[in-house]
Amino acid sequence: MAPLAPRSGDAIFASVERVNAELFTLTYGAIVRQLLTDLEEVEEVNKQLDQMGYNIGIRLVDEFLAKSNVSRCTDFKETAEVIAKVGFKMFLGVTASVSNWDADGTCCSIILEDNPLVDFVELPDTCQGLYYCNVLSGVIRGALEMVSMKTEVTWVRDMLRGDDAFELQVKLLKQVPEEYPYKDDE
Amino acid sequence: MAAIYSLYIINKSGGLIFYKDYGSAGRMDTNDSLRVASLWHSMHAISQQLSPVVGCSGIELLEADTFDLHCFQSLTGTKFFVVSEPGTQQMESLLKVIYELYIDYVLKNPFYEMEMPIRCELFDIHLTQAIQKDRVALSGR
Repeated sequence: MAPLAPRSGDAIFASVERVNAELFTLTYGAIVRQLLTDLEEVEEVNKQLDQMGYNIGIRLVDEFLAKSNVSRCTDFKETAEVIAKVGFKMFLGVTASVSNWDADGTCCSIILEDNPLVDFVELPDTCQGLYYCNVLSGVIRGALEMVSMKTEVTWVRDMLRGDDAFELQVKLLKQVPEEYPYKDDE
Repeated sequence: MAAIYSLYIINKSGGLIFYKDYGSAGRMDTNDSLRVASLWHSMHAISQQLSPVVGCSGIELLEADTFDLHCFQSLTGTKFFVVSEPGTQQMESLLKVIYELYIDYVLKNPFYEMEMPIRCELFDIHLTQAIQKDRVALSGR
């Protein structure tokens, strides 16, 4: 059986069952509010959101691989492009862009102009340290860990904090090279 | 006509998380199936190292006198393999179907613990349907 061609984010997004965007935004908002009530500390909430995202990411990655038919990426640059163009499109319906590559090619920024999680959201003064969309950083970290990449994902810019876009810095810390050696490793 | 003898699913560390028997000849008890699973996991890993082809992703097909073994490994390291009658066709597409069932009924089940043995009824039901459909399709040819 010949390998299937990789599908574009748009094609996949159009073919999956979709849910009402308002329901999605409200559900996520309810989760964040409940976490704030339960945990009270903004730092704790950030951690919990990241952990939740991690648990989502480790399961989501197989779904992503199956639906998109991507083959193994040859280097981290390709990985970041695939996450931004196919991953974000497929799951959130938004296209992200990749930029700010460092010299090694192990650290980049993924920039989101549009973010459905934060529709209608404003952060009050009491929650100034909160990374409202921290679940997204966990998702990326969890997903990449399942394909043997240990990464650190942090927020550089956050529109809810007054910046002009959402920017995630994705840094590749280590590849566990046993099964999927990248050419760079040799 | 039992084209498929058995199905194994192995997690990324080589542990057997699912085993289903469909034929009579090669029926195994739990210990033997665990042994086969870890054996296959190791052989698969060794084959990747031994391969003269760069970027080899491991054994996909093993043909023997009395059976064929078709293996699919996802990029996350989970392996799905079926032991079938020699010459059975369309096993790769069946493995893809099983992979998709795994993604839906196992991974999306929030109560399933990752890397642990699969105990998901919905997965079993849909898997049986898929195998049945495949069997019908094969015998119809």
